[in-house]
Amino acid sequence: MTLLAPDAPAPPSDTSIIAIDREDVKLDIQNLDFFYGKTRALKSISMSVARNAVTALIGPSGCGKSTLLRTLNRMYGLYPGQKATGKIMLDDEDILRPGVNLSMLRARIGMVFQKPTPFPMSIHDNVAFGVRLYETLSRSEMSARVEDSLRRAALWEEVKDKLGTSGLGLSGGQQQRLCVARCIAVRPEILLLDEPTSALDPISSAKLEETVTQLKADYTIVIVTHNLGQAARLSDYTGFMYLGELVEFGETAGMFTKPVTNRASDYITGRFG
Amino acid sequence: MEHTVRAYDDDLDAITAELARMGGLAEAEVTDCIRAIAKRDLALAEAVIARDARLDAMEADIERKAIRLIALRQPVADDLRRTVAAIKISANLERCGDLAKNIAKRALVIAESEPVTPLTSSIERMGELVSTRLKEVLDALASREVDRAIAVWMNDHEVDEHYDAIFRELLTYMMGDPRTIASCAHLLFVAKNLERIGDHATNIAEVLHFEITGSALTEQRRKSDALEPHER
Repeated sequence: MTLLAPDAPAPPSDTSIIAIDREDVKLDIQNLDFFYGKTRALKSISMSVARNAVTALIGPSGCGKSTLLRTLNRMYGLYPGQKATGKIMLDDEDILRPGVNLSMLRARIGMVFQKPTPFPMSIHDNVAFGVRLYETLSRSEMSARVEDSLRRAALWEEVKDKLGTSGLGLSGGQQQRLCVARCIAVRPEILLLDEPTSALDPISSAKLEETVTQLKADYTIVIVTHNLGQAARLSDYTGFMYLGELVEFGETAGMFTKPVTNRASDYITGRFG
Repeated sequence: MEHTVRAYDDDLDAITAELARMGGLAEAEVTDCIRAIAKRDLALAEAVIARDARLDAMEADIERKAIRLIALRQPVADDLRRTVAAIKISANLERCGDLAKNIAKRALVIAESEPVTPLTSSIERMGELVSTRLKEVLDALASREVDRAIAVWMNDHEVDEHYDAIFRELLTYMMGDPRTIASCAHLLFVAKNLERIGDHATNIAEVLHFEITGSALTEQRRKSDALEPHER
């Protein structure tokens, strides 16, 4: 008689990172370290971000998940004394290499922040703003692009009759979806979302979650969230980080039913420290 | 490790404690219904029948508590497996209670006819085996020992073999003396019910394995079945 299932629970291992099939990888992070001055905020992170999927990063405050997200479009370059070592391969190009055109990089990898950041201009111009930096479109092409982006961000029906009014006049949830529309208007390949619903009410959060789920068909999405339920609902892969280290990375369904490491298990079940 | 929110642990522990009480009661029901048959103890049979309502109420209570916990605390990982396992195990225990109650009802009827002693002792032996299996799996549940659950699961065939033997024995008696047919038919159902209780013990072992390890038990076990032709 052979028993296929393990007789006893597997001994807890320290870290567990799954590999993703090469052809499904959009962004490949290899041995990434990150320093704020002398502080090492990311410790040799290696993980793959799957194409047309949502990858969630979870972990307690200060674990490095937002730092990791900001490294992915080199947002850290805006501040002195910060540096990243290792490799982040976007398709076959290392985006950490000096000489990378940051403006073009950020057109390929867009980001939405925790708090809505609409510009003090009309709804239409908020969405058109980024597009004008990279492309020259006719008036009708631009209108079509703005409409398409607002539709994808699930905001069109709510704003179609007031595109000329200020983006600042929208509700918080609408403003956040406006930021998503502005981000996808430049047609990026990857969308980085840094706690996009933490300032939103449950209905607005649900709408944004629905938007993210729709966008998955065309984009690769990485989301940092403190809301574990949101990570479970939205994402296909989840990475759990702790003290700058990637402790566990795997399929979300597995992470939330049978986490491999004790640290991830304690965190997601609410037993942490 | 405890949850940061202590009341979460209290809620989970309340379900586990209720499940342990339910297991104890189900085990007593099974043991007593077998005794009622073997000793022709009518009072005990009546007691088994009366106590079944408590098992039903306990199952409903565990289900209510588990649903409430899922709604309010959104358990994940081992907490989720523990909660879902409690619902499934309590349903299996409730069925064990129903089967014990059915056996007790038949004990009342069988007591009205002449005793068929050799048969009753075969049933009693099968009953002891089945209640031992139930006890073993409930002990595994209490001590959270996955190896003991696997052992119960692996020995499923012993009960089936007893059932097959009793089935053949009953046929022999009924053919030999048609006056025993009424009692024997009841005893056949008793044996079938015991076999079902054994299956519920196996189910509980499977659920417990999943609860503890997060993976399903998979293996081809030796199966014997009274309905299949036997090699001679």
